[in-house]
Amino acid sequence: MILASVLTTNLAILVLAGFVGFIVISKIPNTLHTPLMSGTNAIHGIVLVGALVALGLPGLDGLSKGLLVIAVAFGTINVVGGFLVTDRMLDMFKSKPKPAPEQPSEAADGQQSQDGGAKQ
Amino acid sequence: MTQLPLATIFLQAESFIYVLYIIAFALMIQGLRGLAGPKTAVLGNRTAGVGMAIAIIATLLQQGEGNWALIALGIVLGAAVGVPAARQVKMTAMPQMVALFNGVGGGAVALIAWVEFRSYGSTYGSHTVEGLSTKGVFLERIVEHNAAPSTYIAIFSVLAAIVGSISFWGSNIAFGKLQEILPGRPISLGPAQQIVNLVLLILALAAGVDLIAGAHSELLFIAMLVLAALLGNFVVLPIGGADMPVVIALLNAFTGVSAAATGMALNNPALIVFGMLVGASGTILTNLMAKAMNRSIPAIIAGGFGGGGAVAGAEGAGEHAGTVRSTSAADAAIQLAYANRVVVVPGYGMAVAQAQHAVKELASELEKRGVEVLYAIHPVAGRMPGHMNVLLAEADVPYDQLKEMDDINPEFQRTDVSLVIGANDVTNPAAKNTPSSPIYGMPILEVSDSQSVIVIKRSMNPGFAGIENELYYDPKTAMLFGDAKGAVGEIVSELSEL
Repeated sequence: MILASVLTTNLAILVLAGFVGFIVISKIPNTLHTPLMSGTNAIHGIVLVGALVALGLPGLDGLSKGLLVIAVAFGTINVVGGFLVTDRMLDMFKSKPKPAPEQPSEAADGQQSQDGGAKQ
Repeated sequence: MTQLPLATIFLQAESFIYVLYIIAFALMIQGLRGLAGPKTAVLGNRTAGVGMAIAIIATLLQQGEGNWALIALGIVLGAAVGVPAARQVKMTAMPQMVALFNGVGGGAVALIAWVEFRSYGSTYGSHTVEGLSTKGVFLERIVEHNAAPSTYIAIFSVLAAIVGSISFWGSNIAFGKLQEILPGRPISLGPAQQIVNLVLLILALAAGVDLIAGAHSELLFIAMLVLAALLGNFVVLPIGGADMPVVIALLNAFTGVSAAATGMALNNPALIVFGMLVGASGTILTNLMAKAMNRSIPAIIAGGFGGGGAVAGAEGAGEHAGTVRSTSAADAAIQLAYANRVVVVPGYGMAVAQAQHAVKELASELEKRGVEVLYAIHPVAGRMPGHMNVLLAEADVPYDQLKEMDDINPEFQRTDVSLVIGANDVTNPAAKNTPSSPIYGMPILEVSDSQSVIVIKRSMNPGFAGIENELYYDPKTAMLFGDAKGAVGEIVSELSEL
């Protein structure tokens, strides 16, 4: 029973995390898709945690340790590089003062109405 | 154990680490929510970074006696590579960077799976009918004193190895293509390619099943990694440059899913949650990109768009007896200066020529004269999702001037001049008008609705899809031949003399 619950608990986490991911990420606009991608590069840097856990496995020989050092390095590249480059990129989006507010919506009537209808 | 100070026992307690993980999840998800808008995005990214740091620290606390020297070595190596790369990479090179980072993540997953196999692969397939492992208790520190059934661990570990290896090699090829180390055009074995890929996939899976069933052979495990590696190479090599946005997004999803599989194998919720977040993101982006190209994901993976499309494109080319009108920078400058509204349509050509700053300069010059300047961004313009937005943001273009396809398309009718800079297929009216065209059905930026069109292009060569662009033969269209940066610069200097 307890053993089965390890798998089922993890599966529940897996499925729910997937849904949360879909909901949260669908709200991210096209404009920010490149920072999103570099951001997710940083997030899958969580493999660093995987490498750390694996370093706690019993009976690691020299080769295993060497492989894990590479995995730790790879994970660190992801985490550090991913967050830094995303930060750099997002700063470019932020730095601008917003000029005039949106104006196009009212002017065109015909095709605009169906467009607006779809949105509201 | 009894000699350990109380604080150490507390810090290493499973539930304490789980609490830290939960805090990390909340911060990570909150951080991603911040990415919903440019104003909240910087804070969002930093929040996510804190979440990541907490997850890592929690895991380090769990290390106990640990291999501290090895951990430090890995982290120092990784930081030595990652920090300068992140600081120095040019915005035009972001697609390569993301491809490389994807690959690195997938590579780490494959290596971890390999070590798992080396460490307790001997227990694979040794479960009893009750689903209990008859052999070693591993990961007892995490799973407490319950020996987990080895079968599902073996399944996820093998899955992680295959997907991680595909992702690592596929991403490296994508990097090579984007960095132009490898030719961008499709490279393939022709029609046999798909069969070869299928055979590779079946062999890799067969090796995996054999391992799960208890083939305690490290050689077989390595063979499985190699088969998946070949598959990764063969899948990405035939994909042309214009399909890169889909490929990068797909590889991103692969890396995320493989990280989640590693989490299942290592019984680590942080890996599961973060991996799935990335998997979801990659999947959403892949779907968006494929939709924006009106192509199915299997068709893209089957590959060879440039190769396959060229035949159909050649037929279409014959129909065009029309003439192409070319213009000069001086004429273009006059046309733009007296417009009320100009819509700039950037494409990969702008990125290659690094013309984004020149474009911004042109826009400022026009705005000084009272011209309204907007930018029309096609979802697949460039080599990765959102590529154009980042380049223009780098050049200080306000993001509210960047219009998505559905918002700008109704506006073209009220646009005096559309200035197409290094974009091709995303403006091709054949996608709407010519059912025989390979890109028929792909949503396009309807620049031909505007009063006039100026296309800056190096030559009449067709785009990556190898399809002739009807737009260039439209009487409204004038071609300004030249490198995007040079041509835009000339227009700017002509403008200042007006």
